[in-house]
Amino acid sequence: MLQAWVIVLASLAYLGILFAIAWYADRRADTGRSLIANPVVYALSLGVYCTTWTYYGSVGRAAANGIGFLPIYLGPTLLFALAGFILHKMIRVAKANRITSIADFVASRYGKSQLLGGLVTVIAVVGVIPYIALQLKAVSNSFAILTSYPQIIMPATAGAVPILQDSALYVAMILAVFTILFGTRHLDATERHEGMVAAIAVESVVKLIAFLAVGVFVVWGMHDGIGDIFARAAAAPEVARRLATADSPAAYGTWGTLVFLSLFAALLLPRQFQIAVVENVDVSHLRRAVWMFPLYLFLINLFVLPVALAGLLHFPAGTVDADTFVLTLPMAHQHEALALFVYIGGLSAATGMVIVETIALSTMVCNDLVMPLLLRLPMLGLAARADLSGLLLEIRRWAIAIILGLGYLYFRVAGEAYALVSIGLISFAAVAQFAPVVIGGLFWKGGTRDGALAGLAGGFALWTYTLLLPSFAKSGWLPDGFIAHGLFGIELLRPQHLFGLSGLDEITHCLVWSLLVNLGAYIGVSLQRVPNVREARQATLFVGGAEAAASPNWRGSAGVTDLLPLAGRFLGRERAEEAFSRHAQQRGLRSIQELPADARLVSFAETLLAGAIGSASARAMVASVVTEEPLGLDEVMNILDEASQVRAYTRELEQKSLELTRATTDLREANARLRELDRMKDDFISSVTHELRTPLTSIRAFSEMLHEDPRIDLPQRTRFLGIIVSEAVRLSRLINQILDLAKLESGRAEWTVAAVDVGEVIREAVESLTVLFAEKRVALELDVMEQGLTVVADRDRLMQVMVNLLSNALKFVPTDSGRVKVGAGATANEVRVSVTDNGPGIQAEDQEVIFDKFRQGSATTDVLTDKPQGTGLGLPISRQIIEYFNGRLWVESTPGAGARFVFTLPRQAGDNEPVPQGDARLQGAGLGEGAHNKLSRGVA
Amino acid sequence: MIRSRLTAQRLAFLFLLGCFFFNYPLLSVFNRGGDFFGMPPLYAWLMGSWLALIAQMAWVVERKGD
Repeated sequence: MLQAWVIVLASLAYLGILFAIAWYADRRADTGRSLIANPVVYALSLGVYCTTWTYYGSVGRAAANGIGFLPIYLGPTLLFALAGFILHKMIRVAKANRITSIADFVASRYGKSQLLGGLVTVIAVVGVIPYIALQLKAVSNSFAILTSYPQIIMPATAGAVPILQDSALYVAMILAVFTILFGTRHLDATERHEGMVAAIAVESVVKLIAFLAVGVFVVWGMHDGIGDIFARAAAAPEVARRLATADSPAAYGTWGTLVFLSLFAALLLPRQFQIAVVENVDVSHLRRAVWMFPLYLFLINLFVLPVALAGLLHFPAGTVDADTFVLTLPMAHQHEALALFVYIGGLSAATGMVIVETIALSTMVCNDLVMPLLLRLPMLGLAARADLSGLLLEIRRWAIAIILGLGYLYFRVAGEAYALVSIGLISFAAVAQFAPVVIGGLFWKGGTRDGALAGLAGGFALWTYTLLLPSFAKSGWLPDGFIAHGLFGIELLRPQHLFGLSGLDEITHCLVWSLLVNLGAYIGVSLQRVPNVREARQATLFVGGAEAAASPNWRGSAGVTDLLPLAGRFLGRERAEEAFSRHAQQRGLRSIQELPADARLVSFAETLLAGAIGSASARAMVASVVTEEPLGLDEVMNILDEASQVRAYTRELEQKSLELTRATTDLREANARLRELDRMKDDFISSVTHELRTPLTSIRAFSEMLHEDPRIDLPQRTRFLGIIVSEAVRLSRLINQILDLAKLESGRAEWTVAAVDVGEVIREAVESLTVLFAEKRVALELDVMEQGLTVVADRDRLMQVMVNLLSNALKFVPTDSGRVKVGAGATANEVRVSVTDNGPGIQAEDQEVIFDKFRQGSATTDVLTDKPQGTGLGLPISRQIIEYFNGRLWVESTPGAGARFVFTLPRQAGDNEPVPQGDARLQGAGLGEGAHNKLSRGVA
Repeated sequence: MIRSRLTAQRLAFLFLLGCFFFNYPLLSVFNRGGDFFGMPPLYAWLMGSWLALIAQMAWVVERKGD
């Protein structure tokens, strides 16, 4: 039943099921019901550590040197015992900083150095590609062996087959497609792949069950338990010899080396970092993984030695590759289904490793190698492009294809040169170079970018020279003379006995030298200078961890390059710089740039900002610098922008409140004025009432006299009637004036607007008052232009104004010596009329008051009665009339030297030809004598 | 997880214990002939102490009341 097509179909069906699981998990993740948010899934997905190297290779290694396979799994167990110190911290730091790969982690730790990220990526790619080649080899070999069933034939050496018949090529292609489907279906900002993790967890279960099935079959199906196998092995000298572990210092040294090497590998291999750190949903899942993942490792290794021994016992020495015992033992006993299941288990181990590893590597290649380069090429204009996600996915797909292509190439060329285990250890040694910068970076603040670069470069160079190049030489790619005789024939430079160091296996030898140089350069170069601001800030984030930011007594540090712009954003650039340089001066530094990134600077900035945006916002903002992350900072900035908006609103409110206060003051003043006006109205009413009563009283008195005494003679009667008539006239006039004012005030006055010759109005007014002037013997002088005095106004109202002004003047000039002069002229656009008298004048403070309604200047007060003469309505009415026609009315006066009332009116358009001032003068007509008519008093 | 520093320290203690269990010189004590329930003593020791270590790690992180 194990024809090739059955195997191919089973493989594709299995991969299809995995993809369905991944698709389902992705869909669940999209709806917020994550399938992998589960500590057991997390622990199982960590099983990606066990590749075909474990699945097939452990048995091979056990067959070669007994228990020697075990350190590779004891190391990760010890790592998880340190989870509380290393992994826990790493996950939290990675989450807080949105770390997407180990390259990102290292680059971010040392000041976000792109150079460092690129170097880590190169080391990871170079170091891991042989490991990928190993998986391809394992799948293609197991496929070849299975298809040869029922015979057991070791596959031909890779490279001996034409490339198109090489199943490894197709395996590589299928895996590339599969990985692209898994890893780059969409772009996730956090670089998490829930579907992939779910599939990996399932694969872990499949490969464990498959391996346990083989173990159970071998131990209890083929033998009578473990004791039986060991007894048989002990009985076979050839097998027993292999089983014995060398009891020598070198062997123990190798053992110890492997324990610690695998400890680091379980943390630093790109796929391990991806699963353990990047894909971690919740840091609390680590708790379960602490024992569950070691337990998984324990179970998958439980039957390794028995299977290896059984294989050695079953197959004649040298006929079957020990790496294939897991598959060939069931085949040898015609257990087809089990063999197929074992093959599927191996496929699980290979695909799991390849998928996660290439996804992790492609993320690194894309983010830390290709994109930084592309963004630096100005001709592509990528930096300006808003959406790069499509390009990113494209780059990642190509990266996956190229990485697998390189893996295949390595497999093709390296061929059978090396046992599986050796290839795996070369990768382990490569990623072990990350240990100083990663673990040092988590616990030591002094590491700098230069130190990390020097350490990594030195370690990588020594790894290449002592491990990679010899492996190339052993594969026949390089002349192997330099291994035996050293570079340029210098004995001391023999790659595997560098500087004469011998007695160690090649892995230990490589690690001793590379880690020595790595660690030495990392620490030595780092100590050359103080970490710069950026490095110091990142150091605080990584070493202090989340605790530093979460602690209530926050003591992190941040640099001036971050604090200053932040402060400037709220304080204004100049003000912030001023404050910072003052702070620098206080600390005895010359410039802002010299300010160290320490807690003192931070608390200074916090205090500074607290003054501007409140302490809570300031704290949040300063904390945002310490927990700095490219996006998070912007987010916090947005929040703080809102805070500053709130501040703007507050300012607005303050302004509003100020306006309200002002309005209140205005209102209070207005109220006071209203009260004043109210009082004045009362005064006026009493004044008007008085004025009304005076004529009424005399009318009534004379009427009663006439009514009660019929014997009054005619002349007397006529005189009385004359008084009654004139008092009635005065009364009606008074009432008319009050009504007039009311009309004007309410805007209900009727106006007859027409072109009016002001000169004519003046003459007419003077004419009507001639008698009164003559009675008081007041000289009236006219200085009125003949022409060009046309305005647009109501003729009667204008007359009213003139009569008012004239009778006003008449009222205040002394009898006999009084003089009143009326002048009228024109400027370019207005007509100007003045009435000048030689009366007592008006005090400066009264000059505006007299135009208020019901108010009269103190000079108008009658000395004898202490009561204002007139109603006090004439001038207000006149001003209302003049202003209605867009003119002005005012008074100019020096107390004691008379007063001059002036009004102006706009000239009628077209009536603008300059006219020489006319000299027509109208002398005050007659200076006759006459009784002082009370009527004259009323016109004021 | 590993919220309490005590848990972290207990695990770290197990780490040190594991380092001792899985390395020279303790290994040399078991690296000899003979058998232990049918198994080579070294194999029995490593598998046994490994499982014991895992059990202790499980007990440390899963215990309640810390």
